[in-house]
Amino acid sequence: MSETLSQDKPDLKIDQDQGNFSYPEDYAFDAGTGLTEKTIDYICDAKEDPDWVREFRKKALKVFKEKPLPTHWASKDLESIHFDDFRYYLSKGAKPKRTWDEVPDDVKKTFERLGIPEKERAFLAGVEAQFDSEAAYSNIKKAVAEQGVIFVGSREGLKDHPEIFRKWFGKVIPTADNKFSALNSAVFSGGSFIYVPKGVKVKHPLQAYFRINAENFGQFERTLIIVDEGAELTYMEGCTAPKFDSVTLHSAVVELVAMKGAKLQYITVQNWSPNVFNLVTKRGLAHEESEIKWIDCNIGSRLTMKYPGVILKGRKARGEVLSIALANSGQHQDTGAKMIHAADETTSNIISKSISIGSGRATYRGLVHIPRHLKGCKNNTECDALLINTESRTDTYPAIVTRGEGNSVQHEASVSKVSAEQIFYMQQRGLTEGQAMSLSVNGFVNDLVRQFPMEYSVELKRLIDLEMEGSVG
Amino acid sequence: MKIALEIKGLKAAINGTEILHGLNLTIPKGEVHAIMGKNGSGKSTLAKVMAGHPDYEVTGGDVLLDGKTILGLDPDVRAREGLFLAFQYPSEIPGVTIANFMRAALNARRPEGQEIDAVEYYNELYKKMDLLKIDRSFTSRAVNDGFSGGEKKKNEILQMAMLEPKYAVLDETDSGLDIDALKIVAHGVNSLRGPKLGILVITHYQRLLDYIVPDVVHVMVDGRIVKSGPKELALEMEKKGYDWVENLVSA
Repeated sequence: MSETLSQDKPDLKIDQDQGNFSYPEDYAFDAGTGLTEKTIDYICDAKEDPDWVREFRKKALKVFKEKPLPTHWASKDLESIHFDDFRYYLSKGAKPKRTWDEVPDDVKKTFERLGIPEKERAFLAGVEAQFDSEAAYSNIKKAVAEQGVIFVGSREGLKDHPEIFRKWFGKVIPTADNKFSALNSAVFSGGSFIYVPKGVKVKHPLQAYFRINAENFGQFERTLIIVDEGAELTYMEGCTAPKFDSVTLHSAVVELVAMKGAKLQYITVQNWSPNVFNLVTKRGLAHEESEIKWIDCNIGSRLTMKYPGVILKGRKARGEVLSIALANSGQHQDTGAKMIHAADETTSNIISKSISIGSGRATYRGLVHIPRHLKGCKNNTECDALLINTESRTDTYPAIVTRGEGNSVQHEASVSKVSAEQIFYMQQRGLTEGQAMSLSVNGFVNDLVRQFPMEYSVELKRLIDLEMEGSVG
Repeated sequence: MKIALEIKGLKAAINGTEILHGLNLTIPKGEVHAIMGKNGSGKSTLAKVMAGHPDYEVTGGDVLLDGKTILGLDPDVRAREGLFLAFQYPSEIPGVTIANFMRAALNARRPEGQEIDAVEYYNELYKKMDLLKIDRSFTSRAVNDGFSGGEKKKNEILQMAMLEPKYAVLDETDSGLDIDALKIVAHGVNSLRGPKLGILVITHYQRLLDYIVPDVVHVMVDGRIVKSGPKELALEMEKKGYDWVENLVSA
């Protein structure tokens, strides 16, 4: 008589509660829903903004109201954002904390739930982590502070360091750049301000964790990083969000400035819950012989629109965007890169990898601009898409404008599929369907991930594993 | 309970067309059996059905691994129960090294949190590679990505060595190999032979059986085993041709 060998199906379940948690909304400050001039006044009062900021916000509000949604080229899904239903400001009402002991327990619990390993939590001692709209934890590593590095929240930045802050704030990404940069300029709160003085090479990456913790709460961080002549910095930003039924809006603005000979690397790993609109503007300004590198990983969200860019303003400046986007069913990753060459001998490199699963959709939009009068400019663009099952969709819109002689551009694109045969092959070796898919995806992004700092490549792998296993069965 | 891989009256179809018409075969553990058959006789179908390929539908019969049915189990469960299939056309997995792939496959056999230790793993891997006479640099390449026919088959045998299955089915392992590659692969299989492993070699040509000498030879015609015998049967087949067996069947 025969009997079934194993009753147990391979366990494809993931911890569905992962990221699906929130804490009591005991916010001391709450601007209510909707966005009017009164909301701006409320925010300014609560944050004790200087007058110039109040004025800046109000101008931005006008621009935001006037600008139409970019639905003539972007997803019509933007129309389902009801701007009046959001809260635009929430605050713990507490000053940023200086030591780990002072960090509220629920914040610590959040780090724990996110599965940040013990030693990484210790690493967070040198880290700025944002919790909701204010920095809940802010402890500049002693050594970094001794080097003269400023690493504070944007609020402290504009109050305590106006001479540097005002010089660059809104200069890389003007308020009117797009509707969402205008929105951010009107209601921004939280985010980081970093200044690295001339010649200072920051050894350890600075790090911030962002989360969204209140329903209907739009989060609008504003980050400004200036790396002075010959200085070096790596900044890492990670996001996971709890799951809520109603739509959540996230619209950050990140401005980077690399002065002559500086090196700046900005790394993002985002894992949004599937109801989040993530509409982000990120741009860097690279002066002579400087280098700005964006490493950008987007997982989750309902719609992500993000095109990190570099304006190559000085001779021999170098810009790079390495991006990975993973669109699961019901998700749309509309990502890409912008490289604006504005000086001779500037070089740029874009490598984009997208993965579409189920009905997930990945779109690549690239803009490379090399005007006629420039000499010796180079761009390399590579876009690779991986499709997992036939429903998924991928589009590539590379716009490469090169004029003049002596400039060179190179563009490669590929689309590949994870085939049923490939999955069967891996299953025959004992891997579950989820593990097999996860391995395929990790293989696809492997050459890019190898360029990431170790802790981020591990985290990314973990996120891909969770995402792939959740997408099976 | 029989310590064997048993196929009993197996019927299977693809897209509604029956390919296997009640196939019987028993491979006791420790023995090497060979199936010979022409193209289209259903040899590869048999291999895929045993491994649980989703395109095939089992319409009758049973497949038992040491007395327990494996039909109805997902392919990965069958694999973890000890069934290994060396593919005729192994898939490419770009970006995943052989070393990482096999490590993931081994970890899939262990309880969560008890992943194989890296040092232990590489010791084992290098031991097996030395045994199979495979160069150390081989496992840092992406699985089958840009491999020659010989390299792909060598990779299958290496995986078989590492995963230590109870039963291994080698589907046309000789196809696309020149004589040198064939010898290397046969050497690999022979060095894994032993009391702990039952092997089913599926082949079109007698040539492979000069190097992997089977205990029993079966001849497959039209989805059934029509003749079984000692290793000499392979030579007789080679001499008399498939028509001889087909005539036996129709007579």
